[in-house]
Amino acid sequence: MELLLDSLFNGVAIGSVLLVAALGLAIVFGLMGVINLAHGELMMLGAYTTYVTQLIFKLPILKPFYNSYIIVSIFLAFIVSGVVGILLEKTIIRKLYGSPLETLLATWGVSLILQQFVRSVPLAYGTGLVISLLIGLFLPTTFPSKIKESINFKYFKFSSWIFAVLTGVLTGSVISSSVSKLSRASARNVDVTAPSWMRGQVEIIGTAFPKTRLMIIVITLISVIAITLFLNQSAWGMRIRAVTQNRQMSDCLGISTEKVDIITFGIGSGLAGVAGVAVSLLGSVGPNVGGNYIVGCFMVVVLGGVGNLLGTVLASFGIGIMTDLIGAGRLLSIWPDMPLPLSNTINFFATTSMARVMIFALIVIFLQFKPTGLFPQKGRMVEN
Amino acid sequence: MSFSKIKFDKKIVLSFWIILIALIIAAPTLLPVFRLNLLGRYLSLSIVALGVDLIWGFTGLLSLGQGIFFALGGYCAAMYLQITSSSEFPNNIPEFFALYGVEKLPFFWEPFRSPVFTFFAIWIIPALIAGLIGFLVFRNRIKGVYFSILTQASLLVFFNFFNGQQKLINGTNGLKTDVTQLFGQMVGSEPMQRLFFWITAALVIASWFFAKWVVKGRFGNILIGIRDDEPRVRFTGYNPVIFKTIIFSIAGGLAGISGALYTVQSGIVSPQFMTVPFSIEMVIWVAVGGRGTLLGAILGAVFINYAKSLVSEALPASWMFIQGGLFILVVTALPEGVLGWLQGDGPRNLLQRFGLKRKIETYPSLEVNNKEGNNE
Repeated sequence: MELLLDSLFNGVAIGSVLLVAALGLAIVFGLMGVINLAHGELMMLGAYTTYVTQLIFKLPILKPFYNSYIIVSIFLAFIVSGVVGILLEKTIIRKLYGSPLETLLATWGVSLILQQFVRSVPLAYGTGLVISLLIGLFLPTTFPSKIKESINFKYFKFSSWIFAVLTGVLTGSVISSSVSKLSRASARNVDVTAPSWMRGQVEIIGTAFPKTRLMIIVITLISVIAITLFLNQSAWGMRIRAVTQNRQMSDCLGISTEKVDIITFGIGSGLAGVAGVAVSLLGSVGPNVGGNYIVGCFMVVVLGGVGNLLGTVLASFGIGIMTDLIGAGRLLSIWPDMPLPLSNTINFFATTSMARVMIFALIVIFLQFKPTGLFPQKGRMVEN
Repeated sequence: MSFSKIKFDKKIVLSFWIILIALIIAAPTLLPVFRLNLLGRYLSLSIVALGVDLIWGFTGLLSLGQGIFFALGGYCAAMYLQITSSSEFPNNIPEFFALYGVEKLPFFWEPFRSPVFTFFAIWIIPALIAGLIGFLVFRNRIKGVYFSILTQASLLVFFNFFNGQQKLINGTNGLKTDVTQLFGQMVGSEPMQRLFFWITAALVIASWFFAKWVVKGRFGNILIGIRDDEPRVRFTGYNPVIFKTIIFSIAGGLAGISGALYTVQSGIVSPQFMTVPFSIEMVIWVAVGGRGTLLGAILGAVFINYAKSLVSEALPASWMFIQGGLFILVVTALPEGVLGWLQGDGPRNLLQRFGLKRKIETYPSLEVNNKEGNNE
């Protein structure tokens, strides 16, 4: 019983990291049919945001609030990755609408640039750049409609970009002068240390669970609930669902699909940032951190089907639990006296990397029976 | 996408071939060994690029897992070389086995004692595995992005398998070939490298003609049909699964040959050949050269790799930026690739823009209309 609980918890912990990472990917894929290969790098940005937030909270002014930095960084990571995602949508992905394979390649290019950017630009100035992007993209939308409709709006827009750049440079230099660790570019991995209240373990029914793992499960839970509420209860959520089901029809009925695309991509990227916070709690943060999770996320999307969050949830927990069962060789400890050839096979697959091999084989077998995933979209369209 | 060809005079074509062959024969004396070796490697990469062009440029299947077949071909060649040069090591098995305490040769190594078997294995094993993966995926009408990410996942699976199995194939260290013997000579030695260069050049030309032959005629038309409108091909009575499986295994076989040639010239095969970035790079060679042009794939592979080595020697950090930019640029601004742009309307449009050539006023313009398949 205890063993089973332990296994279940481990599986859920692995699955919840996958889930929070795949959630954004699944929503964007469902809506736009676009696989974002830069998703892992958006996660990496979220992880680096956590690191930067942690260092800034060590400054004397913010020191009293140090313990709450992880909560703050969740929101900041959402914003940072979301802004970068929106920029990506506005500049590249929009041009490639209708050609998903080209989008795949272009986003791979973006991911290479982001990786190298983190390596060769000091994090302080990176932060400054994100701040100027944030202001430049969103300041014009807050102007009163009188200004927006005037002919001179482009000048207002231009001046707000100048303001944005100046603010970005200023914040960048302030951060770089006050936090020495952020003032130099480095390709080395960095570490995020959890605040004291998150260290240690909790005991539930006689079994000890690490608190960071529990925290990740909580983050995942909140993200899933929030995104479900948003999609099902808000007006924009309804529009997103409508466009996911039938783009042309929604367009005809007056939904601005352009806006829906931006919002969805922003939210999807933001969720990648939140996933980055979770990932930063698990191990050290480096430019390649996203790549370790991205293929797992793809598998979740393939297995879960498109346009249904329940599929994504079930797929990620399924993969998580299977990874733990196979990778740790749990079946052997549950059933110790199984016949020799079987136990040899299980031992052969009882490493993390071999577990992946096995899981992929299982997924391919599964797809032979249900090629469109757990919950396929219903409809009578000619596939294309 | 247009497939019009600029018509050349027969004499020009002939002299082009004579110059090319002369260059290939003379290259080993003109270039220093280091550069010759690099050129040979890039030429061997252009064979895998030809395969990518066949499946992506002509059939519309974007595979992100060609590294699997590339590495398999390399492993086949390396296993043969290792096993035939292992007579002085304990138990008559390759040296690295002693490190892991393995005394008996794993069963799948045995057939590689035979050079004939190896010769066929280099391309048949990758082709068979590609055919199997392809069939399982295509059978369920999985296509587009799903196909791409499934191939990427299978790439990762193969990487994990080869990376983790020290006792079977030396895991992450890979198999070295440069100190092994072939025909009584060291593989890494200068005369052997020169020989490999010639073999590579000959095979590049051979596989180019092979690829041209594949896409010629009805088979090629069906491939293009699958790319442009698969349901229509199916409704016309063809089974796309068969054609896709065949072309995917052809690409796999080409990748295997390419991997074997690359391995003997770089001196090692390792799971690094199966990393995700390397397989996506293969796609960008084709994209830059011009997909659906075959020649573009060869030129793209050679020139991009050459540029990569030049840039990485001068400014190591900037290559990632350049490569990333190249991906974005070629997809958004130059979707036909350089050669496709040259063969299509590119130069004329450029000249028109500067007023050097008269604009065609008709709509749809007559010259464009004469070509086949220009609608999409």
